[in-house]
Amino acid sequence: MSQPFRTEKGGRIDRSQQLTFTFDGEEMQGHQGDTLASALLANGVHLVGRSFKYHRPRGILTAGSEEPNALVGVYRNGDQTPNLRATQVELYQGLEAISQNRFPSLGFDVGAVNDRLSMFFPAGFYYKTFMWPKSFWDKVYEPVIRAAAGLGKPPKNPDHDHYGNLYAHCDVLVAGSGPAGLAAALAAAETGAKVLLCDEQAEFGGSLLTEANATIDGKAPADWVADAVAKLQAMDNVTLLSRTTAFGYFAHNYIALVERVTEHLPTPDPKLPRERLWQVRAKEVVIAAGSIERPMVFPENDRPGILLAEAGRTYLNRYGVKVGHKVVVATACDTAWQAAFDLADHGVEVAAIVEMRETPPESLMSIAKARGIRVEAGCIVTGTLGRKRIKSALLGRLMTSGQVASGGQVDCDALLMSGGWTPTVSLYSQSRGKVVWDADKGAYVPGKSVQKERSVGAAKGLYGLQATLEDGYAAGEEAAKAATGKSATITYATATGGEAGDGGTLGALPHDRNASRVKAFVDYQNDVTAKDVKLAVREGMQSIEHIKRYTTTGMATDQGRLSNMNALQIASGALERPMTDVGLTTFRLPYTPTTFGVFAGVARGDFFDPVRKTPSHDWVVDNGGVFEDVGQWKRTWYFPKNGEDMHAAVARECKTVRDSVGLFDASTLGKIEVVGPDSAEFLERMYTNPWKKLAPGRCRYGLLLNDAGFITDDGVIGRLAEDRFHVTTTTGGAPSVFATMEDYLQTEWPDLDVWITSTTEQYAVAAVQGPKAREVIAPFIEGVDLSNDAFPHMSVREATFCGVPCRLFRISFTGELGFEINVPRRHGKMMWETLAKEIEKHSGTTYGTETMHVLRAEKGYIIVGQDTDGTVTPQDAGMTWAIGKKKFDFVGKRGLERPDLVADNRKQFVGLLTKDPKVKLEEGAQITTAETPATGTPAEGHVTSSYYSPALDRSIALAVVKNGHALDGKTLYVPMPEGSIPVEVTGTVFYDKEGARINV
Amino acid sequence: MSDGLASDLITPDAGASPLLNQNDLSILKASPLTRLSFRARETALNDAGTAFGVPLPVKPLSSETGDKRAALWMGPDEWTLLAPEDELQSVFEQMESGLGAHPHALVDISERSDAIILSGKKAVWLLNTGIFIDFSLEAFPVGTVARTVFHKSPVMVWRVAEETFVVEAWVSFMDYVSGLLVQSAQELEAA
Amino acid sequence: MLLVYCPYCGVSRPETEFSCRGEAHIARPADPSQTSDEDWVNFLYMRSNSKGVYVERWRHIHGCGRFFNAVRNTVSDEFLKFYKTGEPMPDLEELAKEAGK
Repeated sequence: MSQPFRTEKGGRIDRSQQLTFTFDGEEMQGHQGDTLASALLANGVHLVGRSFKYHRPRGILTAGSEEPNALVGVYRNGDQTPNLRATQVELYQGLEAISQNRFPSLGFDVGAVNDRLSMFFPAGFYYKTFMWPKSFWDKVYEPVIRAAAGLGKPPKNPDHDHYGNLYAHCDVLVAGSGPAGLAAALAAAETGAKVLLCDEQAEFGGSLLTEANATIDGKAPADWVADAVAKLQAMDNVTLLSRTTAFGYFAHNYIALVERVTEHLPTPDPKLPRERLWQVRAKEVVIAAGSIERPMVFPENDRPGILLAEAGRTYLNRYGVKVGHKVVVATACDTAWQAAFDLADHGVEVAAIVEMRETPPESLMSIAKARGIRVEAGCIVTGTLGRKRIKSALLGRLMTSGQVASGGQVDCDALLMSGGWTPTVSLYSQSRGKVVWDADKGAYVPGKSVQKERSVGAAKGLYGLQATLEDGYAAGEEAAKAATGKSATITYATATGGEAGDGGTLGALPHDRNASRVKAFVDYQNDVTAKDVKLAVREGMQSIEHIKRYTTTGMATDQGRLSNMNALQIASGALERPMTDVGLTTFRLPYTPTTFGVFAGVARGDFFDPVRKTPSHDWVVDNGGVFEDVGQWKRTWYFPKNGEDMHAAVARECKTVRDSVGLFDASTLGKIEVVGPDSAEFLERMYTNPWKKLAPGRCRYGLLLNDAGFITDDGVIGRLAEDRFHVTTTTGGAPSVFATMEDYLQTEWPDLDVWITSTTEQYAVAAVQGPKAREVIAPFIEGVDLSNDAFPHMSVREATFCGVPCRLFRISFTGELGFEINVPRRHGKMMWETLAKEIEKHSGTTYGTETMHVLRAEKGYIIVGQDTDGTVTPQDAGMTWAIGKKKFDFVGKRGLERPDLVADNRKQFVGLLTKDPKVKLEEGAQITTAETPATGTPAEGHVTSSYYSPALDRSIALAVVKNGHALDGKTLYVPMPEGSIPVEVTGTVFYDKEGARINV
Repeated sequence: MSDGLASDLITPDAGASPLLNQNDLSILKASPLTRLSFRARETALNDAGTAFGVPLPVKPLSSETGDKRAALWMGPDEWTLLAPEDELQSVFEQMESGLGAHPHALVDISERSDAIILSGKKAVWLLNTGIFIDFSLEAFPVGTVARTVFHKSPVMVWRVAEETFVVEAWVSFMDYVSGLLVQSAQELEAA
Repeated sequence: MLLVYCPYCGVSRPETEFSCRGEAHIARPADPSQTSDEDWVNFLYMRSNSKGVYVERWRHIHGCGRFFNAVRNTVSDEFLKFYKTGEPMPDLEELAKEAGK
């Protein structure tokens, strides 16, 4: 029969909906409402994975997100998502899951030999076993370890899914929807506050969905949950998010949630995102994260069939699944007894309750007696038998001497254990709160709030249904009041049953076994045993943070929620220091593993970053231009014609510009309009150059420094009117120049009557450069006499281009006669297409950034950021001509006088010509005085720009070299792997040194 | 649209097809406008308002609208003035002459941005897919205007009606902004 | 992501709308030519970089564009005060005491 461990009735599954799924290819049945874990258990499957290091058979341990063992891969869109917790994977028709870290199969795994070789894998084995020989690390040890250890395999294909993002604000965020969380949400919502309630599970209710022996307002807990959720759902001020984990708590009450939108659906609508990141700013937060049960650390406590007691109860009451037919319950606290009673009531044979305490509460004893359950008080489990599933438990009797006497053996097919409860303080801890030790509760609980949050219920170690509800209501009221100032009369629900229990234990249990032969696991996922923790202490680890890193305990995907307390107690014992002195490791985000997809969100593919295009873009695409990325901009790099490669295209473009004319899109250059009566004064203070005497209609090259004296930007500035300048900046520097100007204006010179406005995108800019430039633009320009006398080099006019108002500059970055036409952006396409057609009449060419770079290098014009690197002064660059000597002050003036900046041996900007004109230097190559310098010789400088110059028919380069200005004509060397390249130091202007071509 | 602020000014571009047209959400390209950046000290505000035709708002993040005019607060000394596309020259001249000796800066930025009109029940939801601002009516009432960030792009958001927003971005960012808005809205069409 | 209050806009906005520009109240010497090399270097580079209460310049770069000052506890990231450029630096000890309450 299918699902042999399914109960007759009960649970929250929909028995009318039978679902078929596969695990490692084997077909099985489950029901709507199952998790993969509950469905596997219903089919009697406990063995679901192999452990990380020792490849030990492992079963389902928990029923929640803290699950360390049952990590599976689930197929979706033809690829598998690894490392999903089977306890969180909701079952759907056709679900395909696989186990991990096994070869060739889960049942027979050759890696399991590691278990018997475990003496080679002690704590810190990474640090000691494989230290020698060094070369073995890359080639032998690491590949072998990587193949043998680990969890799932990463998916091979690009992620087919997409991921959403939503920013949200609320008055009260409630994380967790157990009794405390629901009560808090109800109370806060009642006041009218905007409430966001999230829970990582598919259903709201938390522990109430497991609780079968209590009532709230006279209703069964699950019915009360249904009513409460319906009430919240009907309120406009409430947002309910199930399948949503609060995984990160950041500064200023900024909480990150991940909502799993479609993962539980067999055929999700592709329009829906797989997951959604919620970035929430909450005025107040209620952490109702509950608590989780602690495993007991006894030998072979990792055998499949061993679960936490409350998990067993959850599978029974919520999912209608019996974890076994014959169950041993091992416990040190009251709550696990309820699991035994519930199982017994469902006809499961409870072989024994093994109670660590000598005298368990009489009330529990009498219930056990009434059900005929054998109770072994003062007893513990000292080991388990069975290969892939537990067959029997070894009992030990605690003696007053502290020794353990054998207590026989009990046959079973499942064992439930409970070492007590650990409050889930992860979110509180992430909020930067410091936990404090509560000796009464035997637990670390949240201390003082650092942010606007409060933990409620079990998350702060408060148990018992009635108390938890009350705490939740009160916290909800308090949070709403703090957030909105509003309150309301809240009626608290009253509960019966679900009383808090006593008891609990920490650390490793004593046993009578051969200590060197048995393993008692502390951290299941990382295969860390009690022995490993003790060994770490013996080897000198004192701090829990070091013990954690040395042993990897607490570094599993649950962030140590299951293991931390036990590890701490073991360490404390080994260190012979009180536990509170040993410290506690920090809980970091994410609370549970979170996909990269969620973090990436929409930032992928075409939307990874804004792609900024100029008005010529479509034309360039149609005409085969090649783009390069310059920041976010797409700029045309070169325009290959007739199958040219880049070198040929650039050579042709360069030659054509110098011979006739070229057209270049300069739209991306930064543009800032500086307006106001103090404009000239402002520019005088910002730039090195003088501006007050620049006549309207004229332009000047402007050099911008920082106050340290280093070049940060440059560009041509035109004066349009007495009180209006058109400033250009480099493409990449536009935002920072604007910000720097605002900074000085607002904070240093707020008295100046001048304002700046970015006009970068207001204008499209076409540069027409070359001897024929005037003839090309003349037919379209009106309102300006273009003759050299009337409109000389470095002039600006307002004119029209094809009837459209434009700002016409006569400027050049090529050394040729040149114009730059600025038209309102919308007309940019028209301008480009008009000019592109016109240049054809003059055998001209469109050209891209590469040609622009070559042409300017032939003229020795610097490119800020390529030839300068933030340590170059105007003197270094040979640009003292750009400094207004008589100026009282400008940004950088004082900096330039600092001793370091006027010292000898500064690297100065020079030209380099290789002795062999065919050899082109590598940009970034180092320069030395010796042909074959000894190893360790510092470089004299480096190559900043290097090109083949078509005009000179040879290579040219620009460089910064120590004392370079004094080395004219000297020979230096550029040592390369293929040999040293001799170069001659020259001036930086390689072409038309007199500058005649520009003034025609 | 008809009940929104500046509905005589902010109009859908008749020549452009809707970027998005769902039951609860539409995204339309807006027609071109005259946009002027106005910077000045407080003493110039009265004359500026008179010259422009509507007062310049002094309340942070607010706007004033009048007959084919809108003045948007951008900062304590910065306003964006909106007028019909064909009134660029006349508004510019009116402002310059009306301001007399007040130091100021008036700059044509008509072409710097593109605008889209986002309307419908899901408009706030859609904005919140990329903007970390509380768009509830209490926090962001009709008439509020703010520059902010949408994913990785600077944008300006102006609420002209309860469920209608004008979103502006610099032209080269608009493909990114509108593209992401349209992409994010797709899930609303899911069954 | 911090929540930053802009004293010009009168609203709190996410950190992504702002850029932090380092320590506040470092005035550029009025006459740089009369400033010693050491003082100039101090102006350029030397910052208190203190642990705890720290006064910073912030700019609402993707909002109103204004620079303003903020007192932030660099340990907890808590902002103790925001004020406009030009306003005097508050009494930091007093603020820290207030916040500690």
